Amino acid sequence: MPGDPREGRIVVVGASLAGLRAAETLREEGFTGSLTVVGDEPHPPYDRPPLSKQVLLGTAAADATGLPMRREADAEWRLGVRATGLDPLGKRVLLADGDSLPYDRLLIATGTRARPWPHPEQAALDGVFTLRTREDAGILAERLAAGPRRVLVIGAGFTGSEIASACRERGVEVTVAERGPGPLVGALGGTLAKLAAGMQRAHGVDLRCGVTVTALRGRNGRFTGADLSDGSRVDADLCVVALGALRNVEWLADAGLAAGPHGVACDAGCRAFTMYGIVTDDVFVAGDVSRFPHPLFEYQMLSLEHWGNAVAQAEVAAHNMVSPGPLRRPHLTVPVFWSSQFGFTIKSVGVPAFSDQVTIAQGTLAERRLVAVYGYRGRVTAAVTLDMAKWLEHYRTLIETAAPFPPGPGAAGGRPLVTDFPIPSDVPDARGLSHGPTVALTGHLPDRRLTVVRSAG
Amino acid sequence: MRIVVDLTRCQAYAQCVFLAPQVFELHGEEVLLYRPDVPEEQLDRVRQAIAACPVQAILAGEEVNADAR
Repeated sequence: MPGDPREGRIVVVGASLAGLRAAETLREEGFTGSLTVVGDEPHPPYDRPPLSKQVLLGTAAADATGLPMRREADAEWRLGVRATGLDPLGKRVLLADGDSLPYDRLLIATGTRARPWPHPEQAALDGVFTLRTREDAGILAERLAAGPRRVLVIGAGFTGSEIASACRERGVEVTVAERGPGPLVGALGGTLAKLAAGMQRAHGVDLRCGVTVTALRGRNGRFTGADLSDGSRVDADLCVVALGALRNVEWLADAGLAAGPHGVACDAGCRAFTMYGIVTDDVFVAGDVSRFPHPLFEYQMLSLEHWGNAVAQAEVAAHNMVSPGPLRRPHLTVPVFWSSQFGFTIKSVGVPAFSDQVTIAQGTLAERRLVAVYGYRGRVTAAVTLDMAKWLEHYRTLIETAAPFPPGPGAAGGRPLVTDFPIPSDVPDARGLSHGPTVALTGHLPDRRLTVVRSAG
Repeated sequence: MRIVVDLTRCQAYAQCVFLAPQVFELHGEEVLLYRPDVPEEQLDRVRQAIAACPVQAILAGEEVNADAR
């Protein structure tokens, strides 16, 4: 006999942004039972976006980005211990230290980790890094401060581009190698990738597109450079592998959930699906590890690696965990993303990858201040602003109301559109990129894989 | 005190930069960089910045103290 949903035992696995916001919201919504938050990192929840910005620039210490609490979560924090398994029938989370935690309701918020360089012996060279954790950022910042002659960044997604930007700002030479046709192309499409390429080159980045790195070279265990697929060689002291993220789902391999490389599938109310596509009612999912349907994007399953999504989805999941069925809410937030690099703020609302055409609605490529609006089959599905963040809300409304694309003159604040005719948005297949896209449309079907393929790294 | 700016909301009105220039800094037209760990002597200024932010994007509080219970 289920009791009051505001009582009982809740376990949150994942102690980063989504886990923290969920824990706070549970208490805000009146949960009075026992609350345990498990995190594999030894630190209290911290903010990651500054790691590739302020921390690399040296204006904030790597251990200074602890997230403020909105309210006391009155939780037991089990930090520095990894969840290794889930017994959904016995309703227990298994921990690496041999302990197990019983739950009545569980929230999965294990997020992602950096995709490692595929060759472990090359990845182990001194001077080869990834950037995801506080430790990663601390050591990389230290090495950048030591004044390397050149840094090689592999992958020109948002993280790789932000790292390259920090290098240039510190006066460090940097080469960026990207397999796709341009930086950020997976998230923004080919047209804006050209603009991003121009921004990088204008800031002195040695940008190489359409190439892959075939081998990392070292001498006496130290990284010295890399071979590229076009036959060229880059000599560098540091290498940052920015190949996107892997979802932390391995611990769920035997849990019978729809968990796979794209994340853990859940319904609009953040309830996890089993591998048979049956929705659970005691296992919830939030943040980067989730994969959820969105009505604005034809109910395709979306995987988002967005700060704002982690917050919004954690709040909805927490609300639903302590609310009876009819009072539950759907997670329908329009995705919003930002990045700052080379002195510009890029913001995106909607899903630019869900588009067939794009038009510049305001500003120009030349003045590097613009709004690009994306459409799919005649309706607005996304907008990207470059240093025009105040317009984001306006375009969010157009997306939410499925406004016609191309947008009318009103969309540009009463001015005529800069380009009268839309051009193809040129969104590539994400498989052809060095960097993972931060938004992935993963299709309608739950993952068919029942086992997780572990990467070689 | 720790702060985090919800940069999804931030529209670079720069009120915080005006009120607490030691903590908030604009980098170019719209890139807001800030010190997440607020020094003691900046607390008052940061509180003013939090109140003045037109989009209420600044969140302040204490870090989780995992040993608290």
